Amino acid sequence: MKHSVVLDRNRCRGCTTCIKNCPTEAIRVRRGKALILSDRCIDCGRCIQVCPHRAIKSVSDNLERLRDYRYCVAIPEPALYGQFQHMWDIDLVLNGLKKIGFHKVFEAAKAAELLAEYTSRRGTEEKSPVPLISANCPTILRLIRIRFPRLIEHIDPLILPMELAATLARREAEKETGLPPEEIGVFAIVPCPAKATACHRPEGLESPVLDGAFAIRDIYIPLLRAMELLEEPEPMLSAGATGIGVAICSGECHARGSNKYLAVDGIENSIQMLEEIEDGRQPEVEFIELSACTQGCVGGCLTVENPYAARMRIRRMMKQQPVDRCVQPLSQEEEKDLQFSRILQYSPAFRLDEDRAEAMAKHLRIEALESRLPGLHCGSCGAPNCHAFAEDVVLGRASLDDCIFRVRERMRDVAGPGGTDVYLPPPFRQKKAETE
Amino acid sequence: MEPVKLVYPVEGGDFIEAGEASSKMKMTLKKLGLPSDVIRKAAICMYEGEINMVIHANGGRAEVEVTLDQIVLKMIDEGPGIPDVAKAMEEGYSTAGPEVRSLGFGAGMGLPNMKRYSDEMNIETEVGKGTVVTMKLKIG
Repeated sequence: MKHSVVLDRNRCRGCTTCIKNCPTEAIRVRRGKALILSDRCIDCGRCIQVCPHRAIKSVSDNLERLRDYRYCVAIPEPALYGQFQHMWDIDLVLNGLKKIGFHKVFEAAKAAELLAEYTSRRGTEEKSPVPLISANCPTILRLIRIRFPRLIEHIDPLILPMELAATLARREAEKETGLPPEEIGVFAIVPCPAKATACHRPEGLESPVLDGAFAIRDIYIPLLRAMELLEEPEPMLSAGATGIGVAICSGECHARGSNKYLAVDGIENSIQMLEEIEDGRQPEVEFIELSACTQGCVGGCLTVENPYAARMRIRRMMKQQPVDRCVQPLSQEEEKDLQFSRILQYSPAFRLDEDRAEAMAKHLRIEALESRLPGLHCGSCGAPNCHAFAEDVVLGRASLDDCIFRVRERMRDVAGPGGTDVYLPPPFRQKKAETE
Repeated sequence: MEPVKLVYPVEGGDFIEAGEASSKMKMTLKKLGLPSDVIRKAAICMYEGEINMVIHANGGRAEVEVTLDQIVLKMIDEGPGIPDVAKAMEEGYSTAGPEVRSLGFGAGMGLPNMKRYSDEMNIETEVGKGTVVTMKLKIG
């Protein structure tokens, strides 16, 4: 599995900040550098946000890639609109994109309105599971795929707005230019590593419909310069409040127009909600929207602005716009494009062994080993906690001697008597120190 | 084959923490590679059992034993016991007070749900001594 979240080896100092914050325990420190366990990474970007050395980053494409195509289309995610101070005119952003190398702009917000129009027309299907879970956050989809297999069937299998936008925009561009599809480059402008990954490795599509992704953070400066030089921006905005609103948490719920909905933001809150649904504690709603980032997509770690400030701007922009600008609903042919073209599969990244008997035997060994570990969860071994370390040892990813306490115990035998305080670090000493 | 045993203490009066044992158990069962429908059933049984012990018995403990062909869940408490088991098994019957109900619990579905989602359920109870609810779930 290819991820957008990668390590800058030169910057990484091998500290333990990222391993402690990763919601799926997907990082270890080895030979002084962080190591990302690819099958567990869900591209949530928590490590990028917490790294004190800015050593974990997201790879997105370089603007140079626009030169690979004769005609380039930008698919801006609406989170982009909220990034600019004192800026309430979305046309400035859209016109600016045409000044930095794109020939055409197709808003993901417009596609979101087409999707919303479809879902409200479709209504609630009798056989659809309750609650239905939104497929709009690729991190949540990956999280469900590795940790909540039972909930896969609750996911409403509709593609991302940016993916629908890409399909429609490519078709339009082919008609307008007469160019063959391979000479048209379609690029999303994304707020987070999960969407950058989704451009190359979509969750719900057999093959990608986008040619690449640019991080909002990376195009921000060139775009801002281009916007400042604009003289007479042409009206380009093609979405209303509904489409623009999907940049923030609960935006999709509003777009769907249902009263029985619930929106959750933040990865920990999302995990808790999924746990509860799995336990049969279903909130009294039909639809649940989960965003891995605080406040929704505006909280993505590839954005520039504070998520709350960006949300405030998005909301104000929404008030200035009509409810939607969705003039022409999708044709029946186009509606087929909305559906997932592949079935989401359980990816058992936490399973100890394919063979259940062997998995049970490993579990017993892990428990026995963990009972001999200090439980300080210090991270010196490179694992996020003692349990994860015991698991690593049993799975052959670490050696028991990687535990600093085990080494100290042996040193005590060499040093002679003097009680455990001689070799234990402060949290474990029994005698009060003079400095206390 | 040695069974996998898990033990979770359940604190009395703590509604917020109820569900913790279920979450922890689920993660372990997923690591063991059990079928997801069995995990879901076990999670529901465990959660209902946890809530019951929180509401009625001032806590207790949950014991889980996993073998290749089944999961045995035991909810063990030293609470007041159940005077009329048949009545307690009726859907909608609950002795929970208004305070508990105002929190959305005490709908009288706990034991019925535990029976519905397990393959076998047995209640041993003695008034004034406590209750042990044993549930067996077959692993297909």
